[in-house]
Amino acid sequence: MRYIDEYRDPELARTLLDEIRRKATRRWTIMEICGGQTHSILRNGLDQLLPGSIELVHGPGCPVCVTPLESIERALAIAAREEVIFTSFGDMLRVPGNAKDLFMVRSAGGDVRIVFSPLDALQIARDNPSKEVVFFAVGFETTAPANAMAVWQAAREGRENFSVLVSQVMVPPAMRAILSSPGNRVQGFLAAGHVCAVMGYEEYEPVAREFHVPIVPTGFEPVDLLAGILNTVELLEEGRAEVVNRYGRVVSREGNPVAREIMAKVFEVIDRPWRGIGLIPDSGLGLREAFARFDAEKKFHVTNICAQESPLCMSGSVLQGMLKPDGCPAFAKECTPEHPLGATMVSSEGACAAYYNYHTIVS
Amino acid sequence: MCLAIPGKLIELTTENGLKMGIIDVNGSKTRACLEYVPDIKAGQYTIVHAGFALKIIDEEEAAESLKLWQELIESGAFQPEEDSPFPEIV
Amino acid sequence: MTIAPACPTPIMQHETVQMAHGAGGRLSQALMQRVFMPHLSNAFLDLLDDQAKLDLPLGRTAFTTDTYVVSPVFFPGGNIGELAVNGTVNDLAVGGARPLYLSAGFVLEEGLLLAELETIVKSMAEAARRAGVMIVTGDTKVVGKGQCDKIFINTSGIGVIREGVNLSCRNLKAGDSIILSGTVGDHGMAIMTSREGLSFHSRITSDCVALNGMIGSILDELPCAIHAMRDPTRGGVAATLNELASSSSVGIEINESTIPVKPDVRGACELLGIDPLHVANEGKLVVAVAADNAREALDLIRSFDPGRDAVIIGSVVDDHPGMVVMRTLYGSRRIIDLPLGEQLPRIC
Repeated sequence: MRYIDEYRDPELARTLLDEIRRKATRRWTIMEICGGQTHSILRNGLDQLLPGSIELVHGPGCPVCVTPLESIERALAIAAREEVIFTSFGDMLRVPGNAKDLFMVRSAGGDVRIVFSPLDALQIARDNPSKEVVFFAVGFETTAPANAMAVWQAAREGRENFSVLVSQVMVPPAMRAILSSPGNRVQGFLAAGHVCAVMGYEEYEPVAREFHVPIVPTGFEPVDLLAGILNTVELLEEGRAEVVNRYGRVVSREGNPVAREIMAKVFEVIDRPWRGIGLIPDSGLGLREAFARFDAEKKFHVTNICAQESPLCMSGSVLQGMLKPDGCPAFAKECTPEHPLGATMVSSEGACAAYYNYHTIVS
Repeated sequence: MCLAIPGKLIELTTENGLKMGIIDVNGSKTRACLEYVPDIKAGQYTIVHAGFALKIIDEEEAAESLKLWQELIESGAFQPEEDSPFPEIV
Repeated sequence: MTIAPACPTPIMQHETVQMAHGAGGRLSQALMQRVFMPHLSNAFLDLLDDQAKLDLPLGRTAFTTDTYVVSPVFFPGGNIGELAVNGTVNDLAVGGARPLYLSAGFVLEEGLLLAELETIVKSMAEAARRAGVMIVTGDTKVVGKGQCDKIFINTSGIGVIREGVNLSCRNLKAGDSIILSGTVGDHGMAIMTSREGLSFHSRITSDCVALNGMIGSILDELPCAIHAMRDPTRGGVAATLNELASSSSVGIEINESTIPVKPDVRGACELLGIDPLHVANEGKLVVAVAADNAREALDLIRSFDPGRDAVIIGSVVDDHPGMVVMRTLYGSRRIIDLPLGEQLPRIC
């Protein structure tokens, strides 16, 4: 596969690993922000191959993991309504609320459908004019343009039976929250390549300066990740707190201006709670007033639904890189992929699930 | 967080007033919205996320960085490990 | 109430399945005569008794049942009827049996096009002929619109186990080689990409095929060297290997670089974020064979069309009993776990 296989080349990976070993003279703690990168690192066992001096900690960049419990509860409430066809990416169907997940709503008679694109949800709305079609618009900046376009297009068509339940979050405020936390151990970041494909990396430059950390946008294949780690190590060794782009084939400094424009027209920056972490100011996106009629929370009056996390779950510390998944007392005991206590165990790219799946015996 | 897969645009279409296209991913073909890559032409590679083409892949940049890495290997600046990465199982 | 002579004659010629087709009356008979018998007719079925009376050859009998609810009913590379025959034939064959007789139970949704039903029945007849088995007894029920998805089929099968053959998922021994008979994920991705709503235009073809011919030859040649066979259907190769490892309390190690995946299947799996090892197959075999005979078994499998892409993917080890570990392209190791449940397309 072009633009994948080149970046899975074992020889190139070995070369980069040797180079990382050569360059690293001290212990460094590096966070990959993105859950997709965590998944790729563990799936390919890259952490086993890195020198012991390089510790990778796994970041909060998994929309499934950080979608707050109250949003899940609101989704469950809306999906159970008779007039509703509830549409979602496959990722969200197994995420448990307090007592249920979307699969259980479906088995109880709810019309819950998996879509690949938000535009597919809009098509379902066109095909079912007598139904209310709701799309669960989760994601980071990568997914925001897709979600924005569905709303934009619905407005253009005057599609009143379509609405979105928004749980959009953004990376830089989460990085700031992690770096500002007293327990922070992160010394350098691999920035999420596909977030940067949309947003560019300009907004990471002040973060690098302010907190004196190197930030390296990188891709998702082993060679991309290792090149990103190598670059981060080089910057750390040289004491340079800069943003260096290692994903040039996809990421430019300004990102995708067309996508950012529609995003800005549809969404505005708001405070958002993150599951396991809590409220992070200015960390989310919500629909602008002009699109309020597409807001499922308002349409179905679910803003009053609140929820409590399991007291056993330490996913907040895991998401902020302060605790490795297997350091949690509930890990693989009360909390497993079959019975997840927190979202990091739910999503296949959640750090806890990835540890559970790939790590149990390798040690 | 975000699965975005490279594929080649093979056909441009319009649906409901939106610029759409068929993207070939290793022989599997999927539909994607092209509104965010207005300059894309058939034959170019793009990354697809949630049914949207998000960025045209910069082929020159990709070739350039791969070449640099290749040189890194060939330069022999370091010794590659002698064994193949895994033993034959058969 | 009396029936006036002027009452119109009920419609007997239907385009679609009616509730009355399952009521045991004249319409039921008409359905038999028009749709089922022309294709499935054989000496046992033609008697139209409530049971088939069979003389089985000597030996141990293998008996299996499976129910098919695939959606969509027609998919690239096959349909539910073909699947229902091949799947049950394969379940018998992997136990070392020669499949002989099948039963077929149909649950039809009211409104199903009779033309579609006939296509399905015809495929079943062809699949049975190819596999050398007979469908000797059957049943049909009709349920109301929305109570099933077009058609569900149950098939049960009887076969006779070859003498001297002892295949069991408990038989794996350290040192055995693991052979996979071809590319993974074809059937599951054919189904997933042909479902509505996923924006796919690909025509990945299901690998649905009966394997009893190939399996018979392997067992004729190497009756003692083959320790276990499984067809990696639901849950894919990952689930099958885990079942084998845990039943035999051994470890299995496989090599990532050896796993064959068709290009378009791989593309679709990448796009949907699905591991091909977790995807269902309907025409593949996983074989555990004594290491000394592995090469011979591999060559034999490769000489059959469904086995042309066969490879040795790994071996059985004493370490980590009950677990399947993959050596990655990079030399690291990771666990191949059982898939959690339904494979869901994901964006992250």
